[in-house]
Amino acid sequence: MNPADGATHEASKGTIRVLQLYPRDMNIYGDWGNALVIRQRLLWHGYTPELLEYNVGDDFPDDVDIILGGGGQDSGQTVIQDDLLARGDQLRGMAEDGTPMLVICGLYQLFGKFFRTKAGPVIPGIGVLDIETVGTDERLIGNVTLTSPEFGEILGYENHSGQTTLGPAVEPLGTVSKGAGNNSKDGHEGARHRNVVASYLHGSLLPKNPAIADFLIRTAVERKYGPFVPGNPDDDFARLAREHAARRPR
Amino acid sequence: MHLPAKVPCLNWDILQIMFSYSVPLGKLVRAASRLRGGGSAFPGLVVEKIDPAFMQRTLSSLPHGVAVVSGTNGKTTTTKMVVELLESQGLKVFTNRTGSNFTRGVAAALLGEVDWRGRLDADVAVLELDEAHAVHFVNKVPPRYCLLLNVLRDQLDRFGEIDTTALLLQRIAESTTGTVVLNREDPRVARIAASVDGPEVLYFGLDESLRSTFPNDDDMRTAASGTEANGDVPAAEAADVVLRRVGADDADFEFDGTLVTTHMKLRGVYNIFNAAAALVLARSITGATGKPADATKLVKALSEVAPAFGRGESLTVDGQPLELVLVKNPSGFRLGLKSFPAEGYASMIAINDNYADGRDMSWLWDVEFDSLREGGVDVVSGVRAYDMALRLQYDDVRFSSVDTDLPAALAGFIRGSAGRPKRIFCTYTAMLAIRRELAKITTVEVVS
Repeated sequence: MNPADGATHEASKGTIRVLQLYPRDMNIYGDWGNALVIRQRLLWHGYTPELLEYNVGDDFPDDVDIILGGGGQDSGQTVIQDDLLARGDQLRGMAEDGTPMLVICGLYQLFGKFFRTKAGPVIPGIGVLDIETVGTDERLIGNVTLTSPEFGEILGYENHSGQTTLGPAVEPLGTVSKGAGNNSKDGHEGARHRNVVASYLHGSLLPKNPAIADFLIRTAVERKYGPFVPGNPDDDFARLAREHAARRPR
Repeated sequence: MHLPAKVPCLNWDILQIMFSYSVPLGKLVRAASRLRGGGSAFPGLVVEKIDPAFMQRTLSSLPHGVAVVSGTNGKTTTTKMVVELLESQGLKVFTNRTGSNFTRGVAAALLGEVDWRGRLDADVAVLELDEAHAVHFVNKVPPRYCLLLNVLRDQLDRFGEIDTTALLLQRIAESTTGTVVLNREDPRVARIAASVDGPEVLYFGLDESLRSTFPNDDDMRTAASGTEANGDVPAAEAADVVLRRVGADDADFEFDGTLVTTHMKLRGVYNIFNAAAALVLARSITGATGKPADATKLVKALSEVAPAFGRGESLTVDGQPLELVLVKNPSGFRLGLKSFPAEGYASMIAINDNYADGRDMSWLWDVEFDSLREGGVDVVSGVRAYDMALRLQYDDVRFSSVDTDLPAALAGFIRGSAGRPKRIFCTYTAMLAIRRELAKITTVEVVS
């Protein structure tokens, strides 16, 4: 078995600039996995990935094609909060313009309208997504399976005490069949708006859900270069990992 | 956290009446459950139910008190080192050797050591305790000493965040009555000093040249880009023992203003850093007995400490060494890969996702496997073998076979790597299963 078999060695079909948002402070659990999957799959599809980082106080890079954001501890969220708010207009503009984005857990919450913490204070979000989150005493933890109209079955792992409800301007990413999802009530997981995919799921999300990774890549390529010409990544192990993960208890 | 399910065939109320027989009864249950090969904590559950004060009463009688060792990584090996160092000073030590590192496990271990009247013949207790259980424990038995090793990402599905884990360690320090020993190089642990009011605070530390060997989770993603991790690093405190250098089979420690070079049986930089931790605690406990520690004997004992089971433990299979390296969180796996270079070894990785391993597989994505790229991995196994295989695929690491059936995978690994030294990186429950299998074909020390 040679993992590199799926790679093409012909000339690159183009360069895609992938920005990790706050990787220093928001990387709580496996968020690097999502960046790695985008990088490798771009290569396997015949494109050249350019991985960029944006941390608090940095200059925001130009010509970003894909944005990835992860989860953080409460302390990490405090550190980035002011910087994120200052970038709010720009990120909202990019999202409305159609830039593909993946935001997980902590940045999912902060891409919403606000987070009302358990202790009372309200942390403002940047309003890319029409969602509201409320801190609770209940931690939603465990394996999750959901069904998405766009991506089919999605598998992951959730670990959050903030409960999120969706407003009318966003769609859920999917409907859970195992686990809790956005909150303990409505059976929704994650949010979709324009080309933004938002979710609570770790796992990491993209390795076992290559359909979402390829959606972000295809969208970025189509916006930049026109038609997307996919390569032929070997997803046998992703398929087998999904089959085994789906059988695990909550 | 869920409460233990009641065992339906036992009536606790009736057992409560038998209070005065709790120790003999607990010992009987222990003997019986060992005969049937049962878990190590069940007898502890029995005695805890019928005589809740048993543990506190017994441990409070020890002349030099109780020392608690906690933190994310290295508890078992460090506890073993402290015990052997204290024994070199002539002290009788009670410890919980099985790695059954929660309150009930301590009670079960006590039952094995007390006489039929409940008396414990020991000078001091050195106990390894899981962070959350340690807090329950110190509420019942305030320790005279505590040693806090590190706070790293581990079992976030249990504790939520590492800042929460740091608070658990802080609670242990706050309940300690005598001496708190802290890792100077882990900001979350070193910061605990600020909340300690009363007890003496001692540190173990690293030479500056070694600090980059121990990336913490905060600079996990910044090391590559060269940017500084966020957060305030406290000014370096003077450390009681400093690890100055790690060689292939020796190390330099500095204490009392002297640099001591010693041979080390233990492998792995993280184990050897924890040897500095063990030295601080052992020196402190010995010093309190009235006569200062005998440094020569301490260093000799340190050089002879063998790895705890599954923690870099080396067995012999077909005339070749087979090493078991426990990996249970990103930092542990990264340090394991760094400490045990792949060259010349056949490698196997076994990843389970049982409760004791952690159910979330995300952690595998926070480990870089480049160091295995050249030699590849022979066998990938465990319940989540395909998650691991997928991880290797994304790091361009070759692997020869994937099999979720652990005994079959292990047999295939041994057959396929005849004549070569072997190494297995495994999660906790995979390690226990592998040791059980290996016991059928080679000598495996039974840990009870």
